[in-house]
Amino acid sequence: MRIVFKTSYDSDIRMFKHGWHAFWYMALLALAIALPFLVGEFWLGEFTSMLIWSVAGMGLMLLVGHTGLASLGHAAFLAVGAYANVLLQQKLGLPFLVSLPLAGVIAGLVGMLIAIPTTKLHGIYMAIATMAISILTEDIIVILEPWTGGVAGVFPPDIEIFGYGFNRYLNITGMYWLYLGITVLIVLAYKNILRSPLGRSFGAVRDSEISAQAMGINLPRTRTLAFALSCAITGIAGAMMGHFSGIFNNETFNIVISITLLLMIVVGGIGFIQGAFIGAFIITFLPLGISFGRDAIVSIMGGGGMAIPGLESGLFGAIVIAVIIFEPAGLYGRWLKIRTYFELFPFYRRDMFKRQKSYLKTERMR
Amino acid sequence: MSLLELENVTLRFGGLVAVNDVSFSVDEGEVFALVGPNGAGKSTIFNLISRFYDPAEGDIRFDGKSILSLEKHEIADLGIARTFQNIELFEQATVLQNLLVGRHTHRKTNPFSEILFLPSVRRAERDHRAAVENVIDFLDLQPYREKYIAGLPYGVRKVVEMGRALAIEPRLLLLDEPASGLSVEETQDVAFWIEDIRNLMGVTVLMVEHDMGLVSAVSDRVLALAEGKKLALGTPAEVQSDPAVIEAYLGSDDVEGAA
Repeated sequence: MRIVFKTSYDSDIRMFKHGWHAFWYMALLALAIALPFLVGEFWLGEFTSMLIWSVAGMGLMLLVGHTGLASLGHAAFLAVGAYANVLLQQKLGLPFLVSLPLAGVIAGLVGMLIAIPTTKLHGIYMAIATMAISILTEDIIVILEPWTGGVAGVFPPDIEIFGYGFNRYLNITGMYWLYLGITVLIVLAYKNILRSPLGRSFGAVRDSEISAQAMGINLPRTRTLAFALSCAITGIAGAMMGHFSGIFNNETFNIVISITLLLMIVVGGIGFIQGAFIGAFIITFLPLGISFGRDAIVSIMGGGGMAIPGLESGLFGAIVIAVIIFEPAGLYGRWLKIRTYFELFPFYRRDMFKRQKSYLKTERMR
Repeated sequence: MSLLELENVTLRFGGLVAVNDVSFSVDEGEVFALVGPNGAGKSTIFNLISRFYDPAEGDIRFDGKSILSLEKHEIADLGIARTFQNIELFEQATVLQNLLVGRHTHRKTNPFSEILFLPSVRRAERDHRAAVENVIDFLDLQPYREKYIAGLPYGVRKVVEMGRALAIEPRLLLLDEPASGLSVEETQDVAFWIEDIRNLMGVTVLMVEHDMGLVSAVSDRVLALAEGKKLALGTPAEVQSDPAVIEAYLGSDDVEGAA
């Protein structure tokens, strides 16, 4: 086991706890940067898609994992981000570098407006309210046809930065690097939130609203801020998704996307940034794994291309159920346990991560 | 001069009168205890001061100003810190993070600078940490700094909660049963801490406590309540010998025999 000898307060403020911690993440970043030289264009496209899902996952993770609020409507904010980004470029002629953050800001503002009524609700009621928003969004996109193109959809222009063009089919390497850069910036912002008073106030609201208020935390404002920040990150993911998919319409951002996003972060590990990435990895590569698996079976057993309807959603459902039953902390939580097992070998105890019985909570004063 | 004043405060839950026309005032630098049987309205008075409940009648003043127009989260800004009867810590966070939440009222940085983690945020974080370290030293919490609350024993949680309230650097500290569920040694520690909080930090303490040993040892004045009504107010010895208090605890018929 590694014991970090702390000599200043900064060692708890720093992003990396110790040298090796920094080393492994830098190695991962180096690998991610070098990826275009290691894999072909098809796989690079898949990894780009994974980055987009990771950003969307981080948006939802901030809300669900770190502030303890549920949302089944985040596809709506993907849509707001995607449409805002394209409209800013097409109608106002703004460059991508301006329209992307602005799309995030617009999604954040829309999120703030929606948060003011919905964050007053709790648990399942908030989930239902946000789900209704997600369903409404599909219709609103159709109604606002002059702007959104309705059912016909919109074709986002190529991203252009200082005359250098990014297109999924012509220049996937450039697009991958661009999206990797955006993802890294969002991870940094997320880490900054978590290590500052803002992140602590989110955690306080999640764990005990009543004592958060007694500590001077403004509950409605904090929840609204968390919701807005979450929507802003998701909106940026939506803008990235729009450029990547090349066309999108009202059906691109349906309720299934909202639910998939939520399940994704549950599988990855609620409450960890890493969980968003692990969940995104599974979402992106599960369909591929299935199709390759099917091809392998067909080539061994013969019998031509069989198609099993619902196999992908069935398998994903099975994974979700297995995670909820066997590892509520998600795959990242499982990884932490495995790591601790090896770090402490042979002193690891089975009940080391078991939650202690929580003591009686103060009657909720609502 | 009295720091906290309750004037004819009444609170009803439907037909139940939880607090019935209670008035008292806590002087600056005093240790003031509320005692009484279960359901007497002691914790309800705490929740009234914290603004979790609105009184039906009466006024609550802190430092001469009414607090009834304030929101729940504005109470901490005044310098009123509290603990809870059934420990309300942030379970998925470490002891250090819990204490740092106590510094929220001293937060000077805004969310935008925090997302960018500007140098000003880093400086503020160091200052908050230094203030929290003082509390950790005071309460001997050093071994638990990095531990998650979810894995801590009850006694330590009690102390952490007191630490979180002290991190606010309050003028008035509300302790809701600080010794409940603690061993004799731990209760003695609490007694020493309460004395030090008053004498060294100059914090006024208002506490609810059932352990009359602790109450007699540390408090200057005691208010006895029963069924939401004020029974007696005075020094611990006066209140303990008050016939109305004895009646409330032991019943009226067989006072001599029971004592």
